[in-house]
Amino acid sequence: MGQFLSRHRILLPVFSLAVLLAATFYMQPRAMSYFGINLLFNLAVPIALATVAQMMIMMVNDIDLSLGTFVSLVACVTATFLNDSPLLGVLILAALILTYAGMGAVIHALDLPAIVVTLGMSFVWGGLALFVLPSPGGTSPGWLRALMTVKPPLMPMAVVASILIALVTHFLIIRSGIGTVLRGVGGNARSVARAGWSVVRLKALAYGLSGLFGVLSGMALVGLTTSADANIALRYTLLSIAGVILGGGEFIGGKVSPVGAVIGALTLALAASFLSFMRLSPDWQIGAQGAILILVLTARLIFARRENATG
Amino acid sequence: MQQSAFEQDAPIVALTDVAKHFGAVRALDGVDLEIRPGECLGLVGHNGAGKSTLVNVVNGGVAPTAGAVAFPASGAAAALSAGVRSVFQELSLCPNLTVAENLRISHAALKGPGWRRAARAEIGQSLDAVFPGHGIEADATVDILSIAERQMVEIAIGFADRGAEARLVILDEPTSSLDAGIAEQLMAHIRRFCEGGGAVIFISHMLGEIFAVASRILVMKDGKVVADRAAPDFTRQGLVDAMGHVAGDATHERGDQTRSLGEEVVHTPQGLSARRGEVVGLSGLAGHGQARALAQLYLGTTSSWRATGRPQMVFVAGDRTRDGILPLWSILRNASISILSETAKWGLVDREVETRNAEKWKRRIGIRTDDMNNPVLSLSGGNQQKVLFARALASSAPVVVMDDPMRGVDVGTKQDVYAMIRAEAASGRTFLWYSTETEEVCQCDRVFVFRNGRISAELTGAELTEERILEASFEMQEA
Amino acid sequence: MEKIISRPWSWSWLAAALTFAITSALTDGSGAGALAYAALSFGAFAAIVGLGQMIVITLGPGNVDLSIPAVMTLSGTLALKAMGSEPGTAMLGLGVAVLVGLGTGAANFALIYALRLPPIVATLAASLVYQSIAIWSNRGLRIKPPAGLADFATGRVLGVPNVALVGLALAIVVWIALERSVWGRWLLASGQNLRAARLAGVPVETVRASAYVTVTVLASVAGYLLASFSGGAALNMGQDYLLMSIAVVVIGGTSIAGGLSNVPGVWGAALFMFLVVSMLNSYGAGAGVRMVLTGLIIIGIVIAASTKRARK
Repeated sequence: MGQFLSRHRILLPVFSLAVLLAATFYMQPRAMSYFGINLLFNLAVPIALATVAQMMIMMVNDIDLSLGTFVSLVACVTATFLNDSPLLGVLILAALILTYAGMGAVIHALDLPAIVVTLGMSFVWGGLALFVLPSPGGTSPGWLRALMTVKPPLMPMAVVASILIALVTHFLIIRSGIGTVLRGVGGNARSVARAGWSVVRLKALAYGLSGLFGVLSGMALVGLTTSADANIALRYTLLSIAGVILGGGEFIGGKVSPVGAVIGALTLALAASFLSFMRLSPDWQIGAQGAILILVLTARLIFARRENATG
Repeated sequence: MQQSAFEQDAPIVALTDVAKHFGAVRALDGVDLEIRPGECLGLVGHNGAGKSTLVNVVNGGVAPTAGAVAFPASGAAAALSAGVRSVFQELSLCPNLTVAENLRISHAALKGPGWRRAARAEIGQSLDAVFPGHGIEADATVDILSIAERQMVEIAIGFADRGAEARLVILDEPTSSLDAGIAEQLMAHIRRFCEGGGAVIFISHMLGEIFAVASRILVMKDGKVVADRAAPDFTRQGLVDAMGHVAGDATHERGDQTRSLGEEVVHTPQGLSARRGEVVGLSGLAGHGQARALAQLYLGTTSSWRATGRPQMVFVAGDRTRDGILPLWSILRNASISILSETAKWGLVDREVETRNAEKWKRRIGIRTDDMNNPVLSLSGGNQQKVLFARALASSAPVVVMDDPMRGVDVGTKQDVYAMIRAEAASGRTFLWYSTETEEVCQCDRVFVFRNGRISAELTGAELTEERILEASFEMQEA
Repeated sequence: MEKIISRPWSWSWLAAALTFAITSALTDGSGAGALAYAALSFGAFAAIVGLGQMIVITLGPGNVDLSIPAVMTLSGTLALKAMGSEPGTAMLGLGVAVLVGLGTGAANFALIYALRLPPIVATLAASLVYQSIAIWSNRGLRIKPPAGLADFATGRVLGVPNVALVGLALAIVVWIALERSVWGRWLLASGQNLRAARLAGVPVETVRASAYVTVTVLASVAGYLLASFSGGAALNMGQDYLLMSIAVVVIGGTSIAGGLSNVPGVWGAALFMFLVVSMLNSYGAGAGVRMVLTGLIIIGIVIAASTKRARK
């Protein structure tokens, strides 16, 4: 049993999501419909993308405390430049991704603590966001709005997009050769360097991928909310870390699961909806989220102990 | 198939007068070595004889201080492209990846769709070739494999195709966690590999294995090659003699043999025991469970929650960086950390006592510094070790546990410390002393020899000789 | 002089002095007094939480307390509620705040120790719960602090703000604990090398637990003072202090790698952080520019510290 669970770490996040979903449907049977599910997972797509972005950093044993402000900045750029002069907007977003890659290279080359560098960068991103959009406003580009509110047959957009994100990142990180090497950096950077790889470049790549998904997250968020403000996604920093951990990822050792991370993000998004259905006083909703987090993490611990016992 | 006779005969790797110095330590001191196709070189020597450094020079892991490394057979400039592969003693797989994925790390040419299938086939093939009937799935994550299975995977990756033929495979203690049957499979594969024109450097403490597989044996001591002959020219006893002990004329005066010892103060389920005033040695080859036994004993006796005014046990670390030195602090603070709870007043550090303690131990143990407030890292390795001794001996703890504390310590310091240990033991302290140097262990009252995590012999009095310890540490029985 | 410059805390004080000079020069020195007063008042809160965060960060990589804002809010809320604006209840409020600190710290460490959660996740998850308790108890209430306490919090002695005096006193207590007490030695040893400290006989778990309790107690006291200072507790009152607490520790010269605390540096950095904002304000810089420069300064200091380390 322990062996089975530790081989299929993905079962825990799947199980958590299933339990939460079942409980939600039990409390509110009407949610069990196309529109109900769409509402439940309304904001899940940008959270899932941000979680994947955080996962890229945690994959190489670092942590990103600037992600929330970064996504906010991207949202501001999307609602202004990308809408008003698309070419300039695209260039700015590309430059942001490159900055992320550079940040990874600098952190590794100078052996800096990622937690402090990203903390500093969070001020930079936040400041730039205020610069771009001093007061809430802006407009989502029409095509983005249309994309985020499209109503595909069978399943709502949020579900389709989440599955797509999970598949793409699973392929990128788990299946592809370069993704394997990237996870190797988290597992045993020395052995990767010994085999002739440049760890600086690999870290830059991981950070660059994180920047890319951060950009996608900000764009998706604007597509849903139609406008932006400089503080729009501040909680994404903590949500994304929690999502990765809920999805079976770990802070060190390159143990990450893209599918798990997406499911973790869905769980977090659903937890908020579930708690409102529970007719729990709004006072306790945040606290209940914390409690759910602790509960699932405790379950994860049991898995980890088993693993130690069998390994 | 177009190789000329010259190329076939050319050595795969040639070292000319290679030296490597780490500070004042001469890890390698003028080594010449050629390895030709078809050879299996058995490399033996004590801990610290320079085996690992030699291997790291060959595989390009460290650049030599002097001398040249060339790869004439392939003409390549770097070890990796010359077909030199290394299987390291410490496990160097990525534990979060699968077996096949680990192969991908070292085989960058596996690309494109379907690389996974190719990797699976390649590692499977290599595992089948080396360890028939291994039962390891290519898709298993490494961290759920047993240590032995991990080692098998590493060896298989060493021999795998990886897009270019392996010419020289370096195996550093490859059998340390394999059982006899699996080890035999590896031996057989090495012989096949060498017959096919490959070469192997084989490092092992199992002399039987060396004789079973090596065509040539190289004995190292103190960074030099002291013997390099065809394997059949050695006898087992001859080999042990060639590795030799450092000083043949050492007369181990063990103090007054008749000194009466007190009651038993340490006893572990493993069988380790010590009496009051006794100096108990732990011996055997490095990494055979001595350090773990001592750590368990110490951690089990002391608490992570409570510090008593009278500690039961103190610890002297040998791996200074990992277990001992607090690198940001002065010598004085490093020396006094273990006596703080004994001497504190109202929870505050009594700095006068602290200074007196430091001055006392500076004199007693001869720490070479003009000011005990200098940073501890300003001291040489040997003097840092003295600080760790001072830290432990300054406390009132009746039992002192020492985890190979003489690593990288010069002879003069050693003599000082031996004298101090004898004096402290005479006044009733008990020492448990793990050492990798047999000569040192012979100074103890009683010695436990460890092999494969278990006590393989307990020697006292007249039995306590270097030969007996070596016998008990090496598996001399059939390979 | 050489010796003073080489001390890591001197940098944050030099930087603070420099920004102070530049800013007051801009106002022809007339506003210098007011500027210093404001810096001491607002810097005090950052310094108090910074002291706590410093103690946790001293434990080494991975140790950080993300629950500071929630704890500040909770303690401010509960303390004001307990006092209920009644005169003469200031000590009762302080007692409640300290209890909140002890309770949250113990809960945080329980999650870290018993559930083996990484401190980042443990304190983050716990902070959500604390925040909820604060929301629940604060609901619809807008309680003013007792008049005497409010006067104290906004008052001054000999021209120095009282909150700054409290911050100074706490800094001296922490400084003595770190420099002179056995506990301080144990903490610094654990932060340099936990394993070596344990093998040298240091009760490392007790040290860790006490560090995580100390940080929340200090955050609670800061929350209590801040609520009294600003005339009531607000749910977002702790918001700014998460990043601020980490920033003042790093700028103050405490090593993020652990084992090296710097009490004076925290105060210098707290003043500096306030003065930078004032300076940029008086030059008419917008909020955006201020934040970008703050971030670049933090990163610059980390890089400078790391190259200094590399040269050694």
